[in-house]
Amino acid sequence: MEIKTTGVAGTLESSDIQIMISKGTDGIQIDLDSEVAKAYGDQIKKVITDTLKKYGLDNVKVKATDKGALDCVIEARTLAAAQRATETSDKPELGVL
Amino acid sequence: MENKVKRELPDDLMSKMNLKPFESTDIGHPEVQRVAPKVRVTSDENKVVDSLEDVIKENLRDGMTISFHHHFRNGDYAFNKVMDLIIKMGYKDLTLAPSSLTGVMNDKVIEAIKKGVITHITSSGMRGSLGDFVSHGGLKNPVIFRSHGNRARSIEEGEIKIDVAFLGVPVSDPAGNANGQDGDAIFGSLGYALMDAQYANKVVLLTDNIVDYPNTPASIKQDQVDYVVKVDKIGDPDKISSGATRFTKDPKELKIAQMVNQVIVNSPYYKQGFSFQTGSGGAALAVTRYLRQSMIDDGITASFALGGITKPTTDLLDEGLVKKIMDVQDFDKGAAASMAKNKDQQEIDASWYADPHNKGAVVNNLDVSILSALQIDTNFNVNVMTGSDGIIRGAIGGHQDAANAKMTIITAPLVRGRNATIVPNVETVVTPGDLIDVVVTERGIAINPKRQDLIKAFSKVPGLKILDIKDLQKLAQEQVGTPKPLEYTDKTVALIEYRDGTIIDTIKQVKD
Amino acid sequence: MTYVKNRLRRTMMFVPGNNPAMIKDAGIYGADSIMLDLEDAVSITEKDAARMLVYNAIKTVDFGGAEIVVRINGQDTPFYDEDVKTMVKAGVDVIRLPKTESAAMIQKLVKDMEKAEEEYGVKKDSIGVMAAIESAKGVLNAPEIATSTPLMMGLAVSGEDYTADMHTHRYPDGRELEFARNMVLQAARAADVYAFDTVFSNMNDTDGFYRETKYIYELGYDGKSLVNPRQIPMVNKVFNPSKDEIENAKAVENAIREAKAKGSGVISMNGKMVDKPVVAKATCVLETAKASNLIDEEGNYIGE
Repeated sequence: MEIKTTGVAGTLESSDIQIMISKGTDGIQIDLDSEVAKAYGDQIKKVITDTLKKYGLDNVKVKATDKGALDCVIEARTLAAAQRATETSDKPELGVL
Repeated sequence: MENKVKRELPDDLMSKMNLKPFESTDIGHPEVQRVAPKVRVTSDENKVVDSLEDVIKENLRDGMTISFHHHFRNGDYAFNKVMDLIIKMGYKDLTLAPSSLTGVMNDKVIEAIKKGVITHITSSGMRGSLGDFVSHGGLKNPVIFRSHGNRARSIEEGEIKIDVAFLGVPVSDPAGNANGQDGDAIFGSLGYALMDAQYANKVVLLTDNIVDYPNTPASIKQDQVDYVVKVDKIGDPDKISSGATRFTKDPKELKIAQMVNQVIVNSPYYKQGFSFQTGSGGAALAVTRYLRQSMIDDGITASFALGGITKPTTDLLDEGLVKKIMDVQDFDKGAAASMAKNKDQQEIDASWYADPHNKGAVVNNLDVSILSALQIDTNFNVNVMTGSDGIIRGAIGGHQDAANAKMTIITAPLVRGRNATIVPNVETVVTPGDLIDVVVTERGIAINPKRQDLIKAFSKVPGLKILDIKDLQKLAQEQVGTPKPLEYTDKTVALIEYRDGTIIDTIKQVKD
Repeated sequence: MTYVKNRLRRTMMFVPGNNPAMIKDAGIYGADSIMLDLEDAVSITEKDAARMLVYNAIKTVDFGGAEIVVRINGQDTPFYDEDVKTMVKAGVDVIRLPKTESAAMIQKLVKDMEKAEEEYGVKKDSIGVMAAIESAKGVLNAPEIATSTPLMMGLAVSGEDYTADMHTHRYPDGRELEFARNMVLQAARAADVYAFDTVFSNMNDTDGFYRETKYIYELGYDGKSLVNPRQIPMVNKVFNPSKDEIENAKAVENAIREAKAKGSGVISMNGKMVDKPVVAKATCVLETAKASNLIDEEGNYIGE
């Protein structure tokens, strides 16, 4: 899977997370901004990383602005952003779900 | 050492400050000695002065204790006016002992701490930038947090010895007869400030509204007052209301409120002449509305409502559904205005309201209290002081006090954002689980196993889902996951007193 | 989760498919069905994101035992195909097709679902369908739509689009919807599927909401579509059977039990034969009474 553009998904509403994905060169680099970073920062990064890898993306720059999203939301937003960045939103690879 | 709610307390601090660990919620019948203030005798008819600076210069010395009340909440102009001068005049090493600290005071307190003007604080609570500052170790000596009832006790027993009280009022006469019910910036009951007026060595009133002698009703009386300082504007009437004053439309809050009402009306306490305290905030207002409808439907009236009072509660008084209001503070303009015109809305001071060491406080006569929480643990201990990040962002208020009701109900959503509200261990114990009877969340209620009578009563209520508190905790955890434990340094930034002055918990400096 | 043909469906609460906060709490209000919306509640640029979110929500969120319905985008949109595939893979209970105008449209949906079921190894016929009737053509074709597939769960009237199609708009008295409501209900009853009334969106008009709900209840509707959880207790209140209805239903139930005990195929009550619709109605009454806590476990009346 190849990143063709910057993909953004999610909102800044409560319980949501906004994920911005662009091409990286050095693995998966996550810049996380979250009110629950102390308690859940590692977990949030893990969900993002796992989801991107499942989608076949290994070199990605991620900017995540979290508003208290649950894991299922983080995964959904990461996937949506990945689909947009790889321009596969019309025919997404559902196998990763 | 470890206290009875299994909190490890720092031995060195405990012995240095001569503190005792929390033992029991049972107050017993100790004999206590009260203190009395020093009085500088005067027969002046007119105590009005123009220069606040002169008053401070004459009466304040380094190392003294100063106090304020928080009845103006975020509409307060008195605090910053006084503190500006005190900072400017270069005082050092003062103890700040207000009834509580509101957001509008934060920056000034931080400035005073940084300049060494304030070195000790006792308060009901603190939030925002000040809570953050203290939690990061900004103040050398630990803050002492006390409930409203405990502050009254501490003042009476001399643990808080107020040298100068600066009390803003919306109206006073030249001799110092004052109340909270007339003028532009009315806030109703002066409940918390009455302690300061009675026990401080020097009482300085600040007001923008001086009326002809004698001003009645006089909540603060001329025999207590040393100075009346005229200021341009004492408060912003629009910012005095606290939190939500309108009925919530949030369906989750409404759902919880409805369940709380179900708990109340199906409890053995819901009968002719019962009493209750609801507090402020959208959900509390909603409870009051549902309760009102039930009381009308069932033909039941309450003998009194207690506490921080809101407009929906004074409406119940007007409708005859509540016979009396015992009023220590008013959360909105409607409730404040009601006090002036309704003789059944009785102003009470903090001691009468909730002092554990007197000859009987109103909280001891209370049937049902509805209180909120930041966290509740599986032992029913409640935290209203620190957030899930360990940072101070709350106030004890009357929580420990009102929890002495015959049935104390805690309302909270199961989770807030990604933070669980029901947790295995609260970050900070403020109110011990022994006092908590029912926890109401949107997913169901939990009843303290100590209250088999309530378990029995509520099991018969159709549609009321009862869960073990541990199951509620698990439900929350399934949603949000398991948080990484917070990290703290060894430095104690605050002590939480129980009502009787024993230490129920401490707050440590957060590690970032 | 698996589709159940017959269950209590008094309330179908709409939840915007791209709103994590609302989805998270959707299960706490006691709705009989929750309809996660990928269509009108989601802007055209967020269709893909909402689809992912709804998928994950179905997989992980506790909806408190409610039936989960997803309103997908219409067959005339580029989102339809992916919506069907993703929701089948998610294992939703029911897929709701908007703007249904013919049996053929439902049959296409069922065929597309079958294809997806095969692709993702989802058990065949484990997902139901329902049709939103939103146009004059849809109303006139309601009978063939209702009988288009054995997987049909029910028909829902959608008042906003329908009244626009009829060159009118909604009025408080609802006369403009009279024909559509009756037609859709007749079609549903004749086909033995459920009938749902349209939404009522003015949250400040409580009296109007009660009036409309009472009206459609008396017509014979099974449930109502809702935009706000606060409407759930109101609908349940209207749908609550009376004490007499409950006592009567219990008598019917007793008669069934007696007939069974005697090994008789004929159910009789007070010397009269009890017909099948009466039995069905009695079952529904008791089910509703139980859900609304009007009777206890033993069937004793505890309502007021």
